Amino acid sequence: MNTLSSAWSWLTSAAHWSGDDGIWHRLGEHLFLTVVCLLLSCLIALPVALVLGHLGKGGALAVNISNVGRAVPTFAVLVLLLLTPLGTHGQWPTIIALVVFAVPPLLTNAYVGMREVDRDVVRAARGMGMTGRQLLFHVELPLAFPLVLTGVRIAAVQLVATATLAALAGGGGLGRIITAGFNLASTPQVVAGAVLVAGFALLVEGLFEIAQRLAPEWARGRMG
Amino acid sequence: MTAPPDDCLARNDWICGEYLTSRREILWDAVVQHLQLTVVSVLIGLLLAVPLAVAARRWRWAAGPVLGLTTVLYTIPSLAMFSLLLPVYGLSASLVIAGLVLYSLTLLVRNILAGLRSVPEETRQAARGMGYGPIRMLFAVELPLSLPAAMAGLRIATVSAVSLVTVGAIVGHGGLGNLIYTGMNTYFKAQVLTASVLCVVIAIAADLLLLGVQRLLTPWTRAVQS
Repeated sequence: MNTLSSAWSWLTSAAHWSGDDGIWHRLGEHLFLTVVCLLLSCLIALPVALVLGHLGKGGALAVNISNVGRAVPTFAVLVLLLLTPLGTHGQWPTIIALVVFAVPPLLTNAYVGMREVDRDVVRAARGMGMTGRQLLFHVELPLAFPLVLTGVRIAAVQLVATATLAALAGGGGLGRIITAGFNLASTPQVVAGAVLVAGFALLVEGLFEIAQRLAPEWARGRMG
Repeated sequence: MTAPPDDCLARNDWICGEYLTSRREILWDAVVQHLQLTVVSVLIGLLLAVPLAVAARRWRWAAGPVLGLTTVLYTIPSLAMFSLLLPVYGLSASLVIAGLVLYSLTLLVRNILAGLRSVPEETRQAARGMGYGPIRMLFAVELPLSLPAAMAGLRIATVSAVSLVTVGAIVGHGGLGNLIYTGMNTYFKAQVLTASVLCVVIAIAADLLLLGVQRLLTPWTRAVQS
């Protein structure tokens, strides 16, 4: 196919890899956004989910927040944030939107993981005289870890996707190559950008898959 | 020289009744386009997902590749998915539909397969004992019993599709997404907020509608719960 070969030659031309609009720079931006926002979202979501799961409260909120997150279009949130006064503060609208969409899967999975811990085990631990803190860190969290990790994995993939969309609303990252391609009406560039984005997303998913397979038995996910 | 009118459009307010009345037709057209794109994609996705899930259930070797492929498809970000389809479909509504079909397909195959797998072995043995052949068993026993899981998947797929249609704005076929996109470029706050809220309203309405359908189709699940 002609488009594929032109996309390939676009990808392999050295000029497209260097400079401020180059692939390396955009890849760096994408990676930076993904990693920083994943850390931020974990810092926000995991403590809340673990405490709620430990206390067994706020279940409806923790479970439904994922459904709400799905109903709200990512693109709409990006544009809404861009038009608020925040829009003039560089990357902030993008970062906030990324965190907003990464928190729900983290919260829901960690909460469900905590609640699915065998109640008999929890009762036994209490009977042994464990304090709430010991119970949380030495019993519940290790047992809930596979689902927590699944949440992190879903959030990471979600972050890569949202960071791509951010390009539509003027953000940085690999999506910029695609939007620039559309503006130039250059199908090869659009396809080349899409291949990069898809490759990056699959790489992130693949790394989590490998990490989960290499992890010790107790940390492995149960979901395929 | 007359002074510009001092209404909410001129002030570029977020919430503007004037916008709703003066752009009623544009909004209506966008909503209709949004609904068409969503419904067509989810229906095609459903038509493709049922045979795939049944095949993956029947032949054990097919389950791995089917689930693997759907995971890969679902991992690809929407903007990249639409872009990868550009050489095939050009700047058309078909491109958006094709992309959305692939996403709905993924969610539906997983859920229908989970539903089929959740049919108890005793139930199938009982049906076989009553003389049900494989086809009749599929349509009269297995598919009906997998309805709760399948409907859950259909609801997720529909709500996701409503939200993803907006990304179609990149090729000019995004329903309400088009209004959000032009609103962004012209800094038109009322348009962006109105279109965004309408998207969420459509998603919630579709979810509730499907929940109602689910209750009508699976009366036995309510009996168990109560």
